[in-house]
Amino acid sequence: MIYLNAFLVAGGICVIGQLLVDIFKLTPGHVTSWFVVVGAVLDSFNIYDNLVKFAGAGALVPITSFGHSLLHGALSKAEEMGVVGIGMGMFDLTASGITAAIIFAFLVAIIFKPKG
Amino acid sequence: MNKDYSKIINKNAVKPKYFKNSFLAFIVGGSVGVFGQALIDLYVNVFEVDKVNANSLMLVTLILIAALTTGLGIYDYFGQFGGAGAFVPITGFSNSMTSAALEGKSEGITLGIGASMFKLAGSVIVFGVVSAYILGLIRYIFFMS
Repeated sequence: MIYLNAFLVAGGICVIGQLLVDIFKLTPGHVTSWFVVVGAVLDSFNIYDNLVKFAGAGALVPITSFGHSLLHGALSKAEEMGVVGIGMGMFDLTASGITAAIIFAFLVAIIFKPKG
Repeated sequence: MNKDYSKIINKNAVKPKYFKNSFLAFIVGGSVGVFGQALIDLYVNVFEVDKVNANSLMLVTLILIAALTTGLGIYDYFGQFGGAGAFVPITGFSNSMTSAALEGKSEGITLGIGASMFKLAGSVIVFGVVSAYILGLIRYIFFMS
């Protein structure tokens, strides 16, 4: 069941992105940037948490979850440390993803030749 | 003059195939979601990783796959075919970083790979941090203190 939900939610978010590109002529850069903001906004009232519970990876894989994780890490650190925690916890949850992306991108760029 | 020009442009522009593009984005994006869920289940059930770490590990795996396929030149086809289905998932984030790094390779390691890696992905991080900081402050002031 969670596989069906994952398919529908991840697919649905991508359809919204595709429609924004086709109808409003936005570039992929605009769409992904706004999706991150939307993800952070949806962290309020536990909307995104419930979406993750409902769809598992279907909600974690789209870039919206990046904004959600940023705010989530910031707030959980703010709970224990006060207002300083917002800055300190910002990258708590996303650090592994960003680190991995930097390391792999660097290694691939060193090893492979640009195509085309 | 300007109006006429844009009228002619609009008349002759190729209309995007809304349904076909959305359908492909749905299938491709949904498949990435299902693949991610399968990875989570694999890590939790077979490798006995706990749930929270399995989520990060799943994202790292997808990032690795996307970086490798970008280096091999496969991800570009995937992107042309899947549209938003290829750039909205975290794989698109990894692809944008790897392709920007590869593109800069000719300018050297520091100014090429190092400096241009975040050319495309940077805006995602900037918008994410700025919006999360503002929203975090609002929620801290009104709901936590």
